[in-house]
Amino acid sequence: MLKDITLGQYFPGDTVAHRLDPRTKILMVLFYIIALFCAKDLITYGILALCLALCVHISKVGVRSLVRGLKPVTIIIIFTATLNLFFTPGTKILFQWGILQISDTGIHNAVFMVLRIMMLIMGTFLMTYTTSPISLTDGLERLLNWMKALHVPVHELATMMSIALRFIPTLVEETDKIMSAQKARGADFESGNLFEKAKALIPILVPLFISAFRRADELATAMECRCYHGGEGRTKLNVLKYQRRDILALVVSGAIMVGVIVLSRFGL
Amino acid sequence: MATMIKTEDLFYAYPAEEGEQQTYALQGVDLSIEQGSFVVVLGHNGSGKSTLAKTFNAVLLPAGGKVYVEGLDTTDESLLLAIRQRVGMVFQNPDNQIVANVVEEDIAFAPENLGVPSEEIRRRVDDALKAVNMSEFVRHAPHLLSGGQKQRIAIAGVIAMEPRCIVLDEATAMLDPIGRREVLTAVHRLNKEKGITVVLITHHMNEAELADRVIVMDHGRPALDDTPRKVFAQVERLRAMGLTVPDTVDLLDRLKNDGWQVPLEALTVDECADAICAVMHTN
Repeated sequence: MLKDITLGQYFPGDTVAHRLDPRTKILMVLFYIIALFCAKDLITYGILALCLALCVHISKVGVRSLVRGLKPVTIIIIFTATLNLFFTPGTKILFQWGILQISDTGIHNAVFMVLRIMMLIMGTFLMTYTTSPISLTDGLERLLNWMKALHVPVHELATMMSIALRFIPTLVEETDKIMSAQKARGADFESGNLFEKAKALIPILVPLFISAFRRADELATAMECRCYHGGEGRTKLNVLKYQRRDILALVVSGAIMVGVIVLSRFGL
Repeated sequence: MATMIKTEDLFYAYPAEEGEQQTYALQGVDLSIEQGSFVVVLGHNGSGKSTLAKTFNAVLLPAGGKVYVEGLDTTDESLLLAIRQRVGMVFQNPDNQIVANVVEEDIAFAPENLGVPSEEIRRRVDDALKAVNMSEFVRHAPHLLSGGQKQRIAIAGVIAMEPRCIVLDEATAMLDPIGRREVLTAVHRLNKEKGITVVLITHHMNEAELADRVIVMDHGRPALDDTPRKVFAQVERLRAMGLTVPDTVDLLDRLKNDGWQVPLEALTVDECADAICAVMHTN
């Protein structure tokens, strides 16, 4: 049952969106987010929505799976929509009941805030859908390389991230095994209230933690045996290289970002 | 032939618990392992065989005595990478030694650490996968492979360093019989075709059949050290050390005890059958 959990979802494919350098995609998402937070009106949102739609089309990721990604944040979306709708003071009050009031700016804010959150999530999900976790960490490491000068342990963080990703399936499998073992001894995970259910997790977590520490110890020895000695002097099997398409994508997305910012600042 | 690994009066003790007597896991081991040989180290639990293996590439440093890898002293910290690159080590649990979630990335891990150029890494990854007969799995996720396949990936990950020697520390202990055979075949091939020295630590007697040399550890010392035939012929001594002898030798031993004049030096089933037939003909 735990096997169904997918973290860092990635849909393998061979479109331009998949083949772009991970660094390009991270930067494009960054541009997109900046533009999204500057956008104010229908035109700027429209431009960004059009860009998003185009990218989704190119990547051949189904719209349905993108919309499915919105499910976990439904509560947040509803929450912000309600707050914006009822608590924004405005000039034209359309409805009032106690402290709750709906104004024209309230409606405006609520609609655009919901749009903003939805587009934000869909845009970032598009990136994780088209980039494998390994190349994503790789791209992050290379992008943040300059921070090494500030003594930020970039290589170590990236290594930790990729090892964590590597061990998710192993630990999930192990959790399944421990759960079965505890069930065989009469442990009950289904009944009881929330507090009792949480308490029932202890006999799973304790062995899981102990074994995770043992694994970490063995892995560290194995890594040392394979001459791991930090990021210094390390080379890579697959070296990231900017292609012409990456430069093109960056220039276009950068231009769109600037365009959106200018448009929302000064109007047409 | 040149010496790959040499130990001189090697002692090792694990840190003792408070109030406990310090016990030595290794007590004065003098060994020298020839280059290109296939050595099997046997012994019951706590005999010091795993400890011995871990001193071979400076995972454990000797408490007394010396270990030399092609003449390099393992206690010299500046030689650490050179030693570990020469002596690769494969451990028991394949899950805990695979680093990346794509096979090729995992095998590339060691050469990446050594700063090998990218094109050369690519060549080594392909070679290493071919050597363990796993070429078609280059883009697979390791956690979806079987135990024997994972362990072969781990071996490939070590070969990619182009070591002169591989130490397998009970690398077959967690595998099913099929996985065990896969791994042993791969290791024997590496020994024959690439001339890599192999030190196989195990408690499965039958894995020693094809070795050049068998070392039986007992109480932190090598108790027996000879060809598999001569070692397994010493049935009584092996039993006294808590080891079971291979089934073929066991059968011949029991026949001998019943008064049959059979030799004890038969390791494979065929040899055993021939030996029994020969005795029956003479009678």
